[in-house]
Amino acid sequence: MSETAKLTYGGAINAALARSLDQMPETLLFGEDVALPGGVFGVTRGLRKAYGERVFDTPISETAMLGAAVGAAIMGRRPIVEIMWADFMLVAFDQIVNQAANVRYVSEGRLSAPMTIRTQQGNAPGACAQHSQNLEALLLHVPGIRVAMPVQAQDAYDLTLSAVACDDPVVVIENRTLYAGAKAEVQIGGQIAPIGGHRLRRAGDDITVVTWGAITSSVEAAVDATGVSADVIEAVWLNPFDTEAVLASVRRTGRLLVVHEANLTGGFGAEVVARVTESGVPLKTPPKRVGAKDSRIPAAVQLAREVLPQTDEIAAALKAMTR
Amino acid sequence: MSQELADLHAMWRIRVLEETILRLRLDGDVVGSVHLENGQEAIAVGACRRLRKQDAVFSTYRGHGWALARGVPPEKILAELLYRRTGVNGGRGGSAHFSAPEYGFYGENSIVGAGAPIAVGAALAAKFDGSGRVALTVFGDGAMNQGGVTEAMNLAAAMDLPVVFVCENNKYSELTPINDMVRNPDLSARAHALGIPAVRIDGNDPAEVAAAVGLAVTTAEHGRGPTFIEAATRRITGHYIGDAQTYRPAGELEADEKNEPLVRLGQKLGEAQAQKAEQRARDEIAAATERALAAPLTDPSTAREHLYV
Ligand SMILES: Cc1ncc(C[n+]2csc(CCOP(=O)(O)OP(=O)(O)O)c2C)c(N)n1
Ligand SMILES: [Mg+2]
Repeated sequence: MSETAKLTYGGAINAALARSLDQMPETLLFGEDVALPGGVFGVTRGLRKAYGERVFDTPISETAMLGAAVGAAIMGRRPIVEIMWADFMLVAFDQIVNQAANVRYVSEGRLSAPMTIRTQQGNAPGACAQHSQNLEALLLHVPGIRVAMPVQAQDAYDLTLSAVACDDPVVVIENRTLYAGAKAEVQIGGQIAPIGGHRLRRAGDDITVVTWGAITSSVEAAVDATGVSADVIEAVWLNPFDTEAVLASVRRTGRLLVVHEANLTGGFGAEVVARVTESGVPLKTPPKRVGAKDSRIPAAVQLAREVLPQTDEIAAALKAMTR
Repeated sequence: MSQELADLHAMWRIRVLEETILRLRLDGDVVGSVHLENGQEAIAVGACRRLRKQDAVFSTYRGHGWALARGVPPEKILAELLYRRTGVNGGRGGSAHFSAPEYGFYGENSIVGAGAPIAVGAALAAKFDGSGRVALTVFGDGAMNQGGVTEAMNLAAAMDLPVVFVCENNKYSELTPINDMVRNPDLSARAHALGIPAVRIDGNDPAEVAAAVGLAVTTAEHGRGPTFIEAATRRITGHYIGDAQTYRPAGELEADEKNEPLVRLGQKLGEAQAQKAEQRARDEIAAATERALAAPLTDPSTAREHLYV
């Protein structure tokens, strides 16, 4: 039964977690400060009270947290682990890349690891270099791990549920600048969708823009400001990635721009461009990527602005490509 | 000036620096996450007065005071947080990740526990470079649960490396009490188990800290390897600015405020002396703040410099 509620992005995730804990008794929810304090961003507030010891706080031990998730998942639990910042998953990358990702494949399907890693990434004004990175490409290089990146409250709700219900490891990458934003109408209680798919944020004829993460709003702003007729495809799922949707759009527009906050080199934008060019879809102009300028991220706001993609840079690319 | 008065003055310098940073943050001159060490000043002050020029400090994000105690001028710290050209790293590091190696401050770290293995490496280098360097790494109680810290301690122990591990046990890791996250609240027991001499001290007493660190430095200097110091303290401020601290039991903060190092030593030395120490610190930091604010912002066109040689 579906109904609507006015929720923030953070509230939508909270609602999805509550529903998961409610309807899937095998779920566990744990991480640093998630239970009694309700999360450093308040996203898990109230869940400990409502669901008791299935929701618990952990020591600052990412390796133990993620390894325990793998082990519990193998045994039939459905752990949801919060890694407070994507930067911190690096101290435990082994448990994701060597362990979780391998469980199903090397056991010839005898084992599986239905676990969800919730994390959040990206720069916010003043954040230091170790709290600012966009690391999705590292995960997307690892077959066996699914990756979702919701930006809107509805997607945060839907994707979280799809991730939890998925029988493989899924990393849901959130964004802390969105948690406490404006409330939106969110459909709750509907059917849980399978993983995958994209969202069309703008529809147009002259260019296809593929983007994901919080920078999607900069892309929308650039499209609106320039008046360029663009398809804006938000890849809310990066693995599986909806290549077909992108190809269908580019076939029509003949132009491709990919925008991400992550560094340009080795970013997933390169993969999107490669898939489109390899498909042989005719292009009217060379494809282009806009991303961070291959840099560490400085704490200084005026320096960070230089290295991170800005709306005017996206707008300039839109105009130059459609001129 | 007596050692006690010098300690009190040094602690006041940190307190006023932190108060100033808080004000700048609330006014919007400093942005982003800022972690203050109010209440924990005695550890930085007591430790740094026993370190020598050649020694290297590796702190956490809660490191403004450690940098100051190491001799970094307050103006350069404030300018860093204000993203000025005159900041120690021109604003690249910011509040949580700056360094000033010319003062023996090898930097803050915003990954919990990550400084410990790096400090072990600095000590490893000392084994070969003839510097006589002792590496001191400071981290919180919560960091003890980060695997890398135990790995670092064991490596230092196995190789008899000149490292001082200082654990600032302020009872909380962010919003979670450490005692809920361990079975044995004696964190020094882990060091003992690795064969590292370990002491538990009153981290709100700069003299006690200085004595423990002094002994640790001597031990390290003589090739007898690492020491672990668990310094009990309390932060009398939130984990970050804006932390409502609802996780604290009623009355705890009030009790901690009575036992904090500036109050304690101030009472011992008497109001007249304490006030003088405070005023000197206030005058110095106020002037430093003015200069830091007057300095030009780092030029954005330099943003991509220093990525490679
Ligand atoms: C690897 C890693 N995990 C989590 C965090 C988030 N975090 C920052 S500070 C902190 C608490 C640290 O507590 P403690 O070690 O006791 O130091 P304190 O802040 O109390 O000085 C946490 C969990 C982080 N920065 N790095
Ligand atoms: Mg602590």
